[in-house]
Amino acid sequence: MTGLGATMVRAGRRLLSSLPALFGVLVFTFLLMRVLPGDPAVFFASGPNAGKEEIELIRKQMGLDKSVPEQLVFYLSDIGHGNLGRSMMTGQPVLKDLRERLPASLELTFTALLIALIAAVPLGVIAALRPGSVVDHGVRLFCALGVCVPTFVSGLLLIYVFYYLLGLAPDPTGRIDVFTSLPPQRTGFLSIDFLLAGDLEGWWAACRQLILPAVSMALFVIAPLARITRASMLVSLGSDFVRTARSVGLSWRKVVVTYALRNAILPVITIAGIVFSTMLGANVLVEKVFSWPGVASYALDALLSSDYAPVQGFVLLMASLFVLVNLVVDICYGIADPRVSIE
Amino acid sequence: MSEELLRIDDLHVAFSTRRGVVEAVRGVTLTVGAGEMLGLVGESGSGKSVTGFATTRLLDAAGRVTGGKILFRGQDVTKLRGDDLRHLQGAAMSMIFQNPRAALNPIRAIGLQIADAILTHKRISKDAARAEALDLLRAVQIRDPEARMNAYPHELSGGMCQRVMIAIAISCNPALLIADEPTTGLDVTTQKVVMDLLADIAAARGMATILITHDLGLAARYCRRIAVMERGRIVEEASPKILFNAPQHAYTRRLVAASPTATSRIEDLVTEEERERYATVVSKPRQEPAHGTPPLLEVRKLAKRFDQGSAAVADFSMTMAGGESVGLVGESGSGKSTTSRMICRLIDPSEGDIVFDGQSIGHVASRDFHRSRFRKDIQMVFQDPNESLNPRYSAFDCIAHPLMRLDGQRAGDALRKRVEECAERVGLPLDLLPRFPHQLSGGQKARVGIARAIACRPRLLVLDEPTAALDVSVQAVVLQLLDRLRRENDIALLFVSHDLNVVRMLCDRTIVLRNGGIVEQGESRALFDNPKTDYTRKLVEAIPHIETGEVLAAAL
Repeated sequence: MTGLGATMVRAGRRLLSSLPALFGVLVFTFLLMRVLPGDPAVFFASGPNAGKEEIELIRKQMGLDKSVPEQLVFYLSDIGHGNLGRSMMTGQPVLKDLRERLPASLELTFTALLIALIAAVPLGVIAALRPGSVVDHGVRLFCALGVCVPTFVSGLLLIYVFYYLLGLAPDPTGRIDVFTSLPPQRTGFLSIDFLLAGDLEGWWAACRQLILPAVSMALFVIAPLARITRASMLVSLGSDFVRTARSVGLSWRKVVVTYALRNAILPVITIAGIVFSTMLGANVLVEKVFSWPGVASYALDALLSSDYAPVQGFVLLMASLFVLVNLVVDICYGIADPRVSIE
Repeated sequence: MSEELLRIDDLHVAFSTRRGVVEAVRGVTLTVGAGEMLGLVGESGSGKSVTGFATTRLLDAAGRVTGGKILFRGQDVTKLRGDDLRHLQGAAMSMIFQNPRAALNPIRAIGLQIADAILTHKRISKDAARAEALDLLRAVQIRDPEARMNAYPHELSGGMCQRVMIAIAISCNPALLIADEPTTGLDVTTQKVVMDLLADIAAARGMATILITHDLGLAARYCRRIAVMERGRIVEEASPKILFNAPQHAYTRRLVAASPTATSRIEDLVTEEERERYATVVSKPRQEPAHGTPPLLEVRKLAKRFDQGSAAVADFSMTMAGGESVGLVGESGSGKSTTSRMICRLIDPSEGDIVFDGQSIGHVASRDFHRSRFRKDIQMVFQDPNESLNPRYSAFDCIAHPLMRLDGQRAGDALRKRVEECAERVGLPLDLLPRFPHQLSGGQKARVGIARAIACRPRLLVLDEPTAALDVSVQAVVLQLLDRLRRENDIALLFVSHDLNVVRMLCDRTIVLRNGGIVEQGESRALFDNPKTDYTRKLVEAIPHIETGEVLAAAL
């Protein structure tokens, strides 16, 4: 498998070349937080009537009395030691907070992306098979609606219909009913942990909690995925090799799936990677609406209370995830398209 | 004639386009006997490919058979549906296409693609299909077939891809094979190998073949019977011998005249009626340069290495006098385009020097050369007239642009006058000047490209396959135009081409390139009539010749 080897080499090189970018992100967010208005020392003082001395003490405690370059050096050396600082809000190390909350965000995003892909690819294919037909226009309308309606509106609508009117969905707060006993944590993904623990009832409860927020997030990204599937499927169907496949009488299924779709799916992989990264950061609205204990809502709360460390930690996490996702996309692409590894 | 396999009866095909319904085929009647090879010849837009696609039921959604019948073994193909149609496609008739690399699935191993075709029509196991695919690869003479089974199209050359395509097409032993320009875009030597293979396979399997091509010479070499199409109709049908020696229809006469042969001269390329105007010009003798005049262009030990290290061009030296025409020929990958680009100063040579008019220009970086005073003197005409014109520039803008950039002319009467002069010079009607490239035909676009190149009165014109994308009748006119420019304006031509017949006619001298080095050079006619190296001989022999009367008489 020289092709796979070449892909791995390429992926490794890509990873190395993204390190400077990561460093840039670190420094940039650090500086950005420093120029934002608001003094964290005042915010975290005991009360509105805290004396000047107390604030000064907190300032010293937090290292804010030092110059910005000095602070940056301290910050970077801390990160080098794997210490992202402590959140003033929760009183816990940021690393611990993020580790607790990241699986919730990832589980939500993965599920949403999966739902979006399962819906978008067939929709795109159907639209491409009958361009200009009623189906095509229907898909276009559906996609437009998905993009136009903000996620928190669609989230609230879904809650209204499925929880309030129909009573099908559970109470839309959090990942799981507070009274359910949690499974031993292995992956951090509740639905998977329940399965591993063999607790089907718990698994079902977790899935029921997950489905509404995931769907409202998926609705938002179905449009780009379906549109790109349709466009690249149209190109594929009109290409010479599909004509060749038809000329030797291959079955309709073989022509559409094996020949056209497998080629058309290549750009969809790229777009799916981009969509995933965007969703991770942008799902703060959904997390808020569904009281989902994810990293995005955590970062937003920290930002509002001028809590530097969690925001910086969050941005670093997002940047690293972005690099990682791109890497995965690269590897997938290399496996799916034999032409890539040649270059 | 043997038993009749295919009968096309008064076929009409129409396409619905934005500008309404266009009739592409208007009453074609044809028969093909079992095992026969029929040539279907015509220029672009004549409806020859559409006829082929209608027969194999591969017309795209906009195209529709509006009348007539296509009877294959007595069964009307146009009325087949569903499974009946699929049993026909591939199993009874199949097709090979113009661009072999695009015609294969880029992300599926070729062995699988052949097996796909086999499994569609035969109820055998996957392993058996794989074994058959391997046999087919052997049949189309692919070297090392076991290893090639897992190769992807991009790992194979164009000729190899076309062999794989042939393997797919013959996988289920069809009775009829339609080959749509199977060798267009391949080198002459590859073309000969692929066509020989195709003819052998067809003969061995008793397969009838329709060879659709724009190349009369190619059809004449392989077909007993040739049908000539023009604007959706068959205008003449005869054996090659009759077609070339006594063409009946005016269009066939024009086509035969325009097809370059081993002995034809530039002035022969148009029929007698059109010849008058040209003859007067040719008779004007070319003034010989005074003895001792320094050469216009001198290239010394030019070399170009790309990143990988292997040389694309090595140790290339040549000289050109003013008003001389030199041909640069070779197969794809021989470095002829790279060389021409270096001389044009579009890319930088790795080694060596280029001396133009006594001044070294090889060391001026290509991205600064536009400021050199020699930029005006060396101009280029590119291969694809569609791609080399800015789609947002009108023909006028295209021609005026170099005048404004290189001659420093401002918009005004003088500029307009010069542009119109150039347009007239290349025979472009003045009322076409405001049009945009997409509103012009291929020949008109080629003229705009040439007018643009001569606008600044260059002394050297470098032409990179300027007629490769043109129909023969248009090519004939363009070649005459180039020859006239050379004679009247004393422009030297460096002509890069893979078409030896064209080079032989147009160029005084020819340089044969192979793998980046010069194999042979000399006076064109002598070189082609009496090649000294095996490589040149192979190139010359691969050209499909149209046998003229004398040769045929000698053979009889």
